[in-house]
Amino acid sequence: MTPRKNPLQRIVLFGATSAIASAVARELATPDTQLFCVARDGTALQALLDDLRVRADDTDGTRIQGTTADLADIDAHAAVWQQAQQALGEVDAVLLAWGTLPDQAACDASVEATLDAIHVNGTSAIALLARIAPDFERQGRGVIAAIGSVAGDRGRQSNYAYGTAKGMLATYLQGLRNRLFFHGVDVVTLKPGFVRTPMTAGFNRAGALWAEPEAVASGIVKAMQRGREVAYLPWIWRIIMTVIRLLPEYLFKRLKL
Amino acid sequence: MTASWNRIPRVEHAAEVPLARRGRALPETPRPLLAHGLGRSYGDVCLNPGASLLHTSGLDRFIAFDPATGILRAEAGLSLDALLRFAIPRGWFPPVVPGTRCVTLGGAVANDVHGKNHHQAGSFGDHVLGLTLRRSDGQVLEVTPEERPGWFAATVGGLGLTGLIETVTLQLAPVRSAWMHAWSQRFTSLDEFWDLNTRSERDWPYTVAWIDCLNPGRDGRVGRGIYSAARHANLARHSATWREPRRSIPLDPPLSLVNRLTLRAFNHLYYRQPVHATPRAIHHQPWLFPLDAIRHWNRIYGHKGFYQYQCVLPPADAKEGVQTLLDTIAASGQGSFLAVLKTFGTRPAPGMLSFPRPGATLALDFPEKGRATERLFARLDAIVQECGGALYPAKDARMPAPMFRTGFPRWEAFADYVDPEFSSGFWRRVTA
Repeated sequence: MTPRKNPLQRIVLFGATSAIASAVARELATPDTQLFCVARDGTALQALLDDLRVRADDTDGTRIQGTTADLADIDAHAAVWQQAQQALGEVDAVLLAWGTLPDQAACDASVEATLDAIHVNGTSAIALLARIAPDFERQGRGVIAAIGSVAGDRGRQSNYAYGTAKGMLATYLQGLRNRLFFHGVDVVTLKPGFVRTPMTAGFNRAGALWAEPEAVASGIVKAMQRGREVAYLPWIWRIIMTVIRLLPEYLFKRLKL
Repeated sequence: MTASWNRIPRVEHAAEVPLARRGRALPETPRPLLAHGLGRSYGDVCLNPGASLLHTSGLDRFIAFDPATGILRAEAGLSLDALLRFAIPRGWFPPVVPGTRCVTLGGAVANDVHGKNHHQAGSFGDHVLGLTLRRSDGQVLEVTPEERPGWFAATVGGLGLTGLIETVTLQLAPVRSAWMHAWSQRFTSLDEFWDLNTRSERDWPYTVAWIDCLNPGRDGRVGRGIYSAARHANLARHSATWREPRRSIPLDPPLSLVNRLTLRAFNHLYYRQPVHATPRAIHHQPWLFPLDAIRHWNRIYGHKGFYQYQCVLPPADAKEGVQTLLDTIAASGQGSFLAVLKTFGTRPAPGMLSFPRPGATLALDFPEKGRATERLFARLDAIVQECGGALYPAKDARMPAPMFRTGFPRWEAFADYVDPEFSSGFWRRVTA
């Protein structure tokens, strides 16, 4: 077993009220950890903080903190990151987990919707990564993790705006991983498959490929502790996506996926 | 398709919506609505055919906990399993637990569930200090037994019909560890059971009996079994470690595995299991939740599903009534391998539709065998009604409407509290 080289004791969760990030937060909320949660919806954030404080025995609310911010607004990033650093001191780990599942049909009908989907799920995350990378470089340790998607591995007609954003994010993380490796910082690309979350509520979610957020979250925590490069969650998606990537394009374009 | 635990009835819903956040307006789906937690009730109290189900398992956040008093406030979709994992290391335990920990707080309130400690602790609702109730007209009621006694009595045991229960405030009970002290003893007849029970109930907070409902005891009548009693262990820490067994019934067998042959064999073997007359330490999970160790145990009955028949008989007729029920079941040959007998305490239940009441409660499982099962239930119904008893709505898929109305005489007063946009398959069935 790979040793758990990264301690996860002071963590910033961006997009903390998403189902997957909340499940990660629950797993991390212990009396030994400090969490800083960033989310857009104040009521949802407060409900999450209350829950985590109970789980972590943080009665005075000093170890579990958070702030509201719309992370699609790049101008807000600097202040939020500063606030997180002030709350935690040194940061062991960050997890980028915000995003939307855009309606591809709406994107096909609108340039703005396409660019918006790519901004929320791709560009805005890259902007935050670019902002925090120098601090990790200086610090010389830690782990940066971001939630990509199996959809980023290959463009499909049903969700290629989302896929483009996640694919772009994955490529950026690849380069960042290479850069920060020489500074002792791990960069983890997380690629969940189908997860039963409110984001996917509109799908028929029966079947063996659908995972629960808790299972995905525990995979995320392990991947971050071990400093894995790319983690498919659950692991079966690594095999599925290998096969899907290997299909020749002249054949793939004929598929209705 | 969402089904209840016994997989009867099989129904379709017009919409099924996961609720992810409290404090939000009810979704705009076809009316009427019904909250659905973990689906461990049997029958149709948790189903709403042709209408909408609101899945509450995502409403599972803690809100506040006071480690000094053991008062916990949480969203109603929190499971007892999650609650137990949180509370035990902090020295607290849910004051009442049913036979499975896979139920939500909201479900425990809505069915006013009872446990093996009813004779001392009462039912779940007795420990609820308050709850938040969202009504379809947009009102959000903070309900406590003191401030809104009517709403409280309607919502505890109210089968989810008074609105959406969003949060529950619960008084937990102190424990020293996850372990219990338990003993068990065979009895060869119901007379022996009643003796044992009377002697044990004062000193033992948890008691229950398993009955062999196929093989006669020493007096030639059905009614032999095993009596078990337990209390929370008074040890700060138990040296032995416990690992939860993880077995599962992986798929539906083509036929029910429960039949006359397997039942007779099972009952013989179960009766012969080693008993421990002197108390010994046992982890709370196998003692309180034996069936939780086998995931999907309901699959042993096959695709057709099964019924649970749980009745309560008032004290005056309990002894004779239980014997008559067991004789009738034995004569039908449709025995159950889960026959559980327990006496309720005398504390008046907190809910208008609460099932627990003074007397004895008998619970049995029966595979679905069509007409034969119906005929047996009709005979059992007659005995229960003769004794002035009632059936447990949380376990029911078939009781005739008049039987519900006589068993739950406050149902008409209760109906005034029902949210006009909430209903269930059960409610429509028994009030039609």
